[in-house]
Amino acid sequence: MDSSEIKQLQILATKARMGAILGTYHAKSGHPGGSLSAADIFAYLYEKELHVDPKNPDWENRDRFVLSKGHCCPSLYAVLALKGFFSWNELTTLRHVGAMLQGHPDMKKTPGIDMSTGSLGQGISAACGMALAAKLDKKDYRVYTLLGDGEVEEGQVWEAAMFAAHNKLDNLVVMVDQNGLQIDGTVDEVAGIEPLDKKFEAFGFEVVKIDGHDFEQIKAALDKAKTVKGKPTAILAKTIKGKGVSFMENQVGWHGTAPNKEQYEQATAELQAELDRLEASC
Amino acid sequence: MAEIIKKATRESFGEALCELAETNKDIVVFDADLAAATKTGVFKKAFPERFFDCGIAEGNMIGVAAGMAASGKIPVAASFAMFATGRAFEQIRNSVAYPRLNVKIAGSHAGISTGEDGATHQCIEDIGIMRAIPNMMVLNPADHWEMKAATKAALEYDGPVYIRLGRLAIDSFNDPETYEFELGKGITLHEGSDVTVIATGLVVNEALKAVRELEAEGISARLINIHTIKPIDRDIIIKAAKETGRIITVEEHNVVGGLADAVSEVVTEECPVKITRIGVQDCFGYSGPAWELLDEFGLTQPHIAKVIREVVASK
Repeated sequence: MDSSEIKQLQILATKARMGAILGTYHAKSGHPGGSLSAADIFAYLYEKELHVDPKNPDWENRDRFVLSKGHCCPSLYAVLALKGFFSWNELTTLRHVGAMLQGHPDMKKTPGIDMSTGSLGQGISAACGMALAAKLDKKDYRVYTLLGDGEVEEGQVWEAAMFAAHNKLDNLVVMVDQNGLQIDGTVDEVAGIEPLDKKFEAFGFEVVKIDGHDFEQIKAALDKAKTVKGKPTAILAKTIKGKGVSFMENQVGWHGTAPNKEQYEQATAELQAELDRLEASC
Repeated sequence: MAEIIKKATRESFGEALCELAETNKDIVVFDADLAAATKTGVFKKAFPERFFDCGIAEGNMIGVAAGMAASGKIPVAASFAMFATGRAFEQIRNSVAYPRLNVKIAGSHAGISTGEDGATHQCIEDIGIMRAIPNMMVLNPADHWEMKAATKAALEYDGPVYIRLGRLAIDSFNDPETYEFELGKGITLHEGSDVTVIATGLVVNEALKAVRELEAEGISARLINIHTIKPIDRDIIIKAAKETGRIITVEEHNVVGGLADAVSEVVTEECPVKITRIGVQDCFGYSGPAWELLDEFGLTQPHIAKVIREVVASK
């Protein structure tokens, strides 16, 4: 990737963060913290990695993405809107009665959403099913799923991990957004999960550890995953919860709280300044 | 009179799966280390490339099945009713029923006729649990022929279905020459005007023997077989309530949440009549041979006949 490609990704991610703030502000609820930590991963996946077609979201040979940490959908919705799956204006009715954009992803209501998720631990199993279907049909689409680091406390995640390795699902990439925080505190305080890399290795995964805000590292990890044969890949992405909004960064309280008007304006101003800086340097 | 086939409905289910998979290549089967017991093992033998053992991990099995369905397959996920609907309830609710994915869930060893394994394995809540989930169809076939027809219908239907299988070998009572299965339609097995017995699953044949026995005593009891608990056949129930004025439900399930409640819901809205509930009376089972337990819990012919006599006498 050259520097202009990276800048384009940074612009997309910044816009996705603005969308997450816009959506949760209008919803008066939602999960900004994790939406901001995962925004760079979403941006890279939809700009560079996934073979998808916004005009034909159900294209049967598309790559699949399952947001297992479903509550972080606001920034995913923003990326999907920016890629043309639906109108940006939908973000202003996030979580409203009758809205296309539900509080957690709904595959039947929202173009580009491959699986309904929200109950933690379940998306990774569905992703395994999709990867297995590809193997069975001898198709070459790949399946990606993103989990939270609190989410891996769910036993189902490890049932799915065993299944993925047992069935040699090398077309599956399990990413973990390691922002280190969950509702009741830091992941370490609540129910420590480390050493997560050794756990996934022991469960039969190829493991790559990256900085989840560094596009070069995201690319390198996903490129490597394509070369791994006979086993699935886990990408453990260290991130900052609330990334990009100064007063939200590394704050547990911003897991599931929407910004008020003043906070919305401040967050938007910060992100707009970042966007202006990026666009000016293009 | 058709030939009587003595067979557990789990076996009929396994046979039907294999027959249907012969022509429908999209059918895939999952089990959670109980393939020999649920009879998906028959499918495994015939179509090993389309069978996946998920190990003792029911929650993941349902999620994987959901992902398969989202990719165009027709997955059947089987375990004991206890673990399929109990352990994996929330996966069924959120990953299958909410997105209305085309997953069939088979719960074997349902009811107290599971026998010697005892209460931990005798699921008496599955119908109630599955019936409470929106988008979920619930089937409880009563004999070999009905199970084969129901399995075919479930796999041809596009949407989530729970199908209840029994462990115990039971006699068939339907005649394959004349039997017709339609999802959501109850079947009147015996005409009568004094009272209506509405039964489901493994105990339908016991109820049938009871109403036939009582005919000789001059008691005219109607018998309706409800193989589809949800959506339930409202018309046949309302007609019975209006014409006979009394209803007795018979099920190998807790009287809370199952057939008794499903029938009560229809009757209370449309034509309130008294309902007497034969079933497991909101208590756990225990170890013992299946037929002894069915007798203990009042689910065999003599007990059903006794209740019918009492109800008719009290009219």
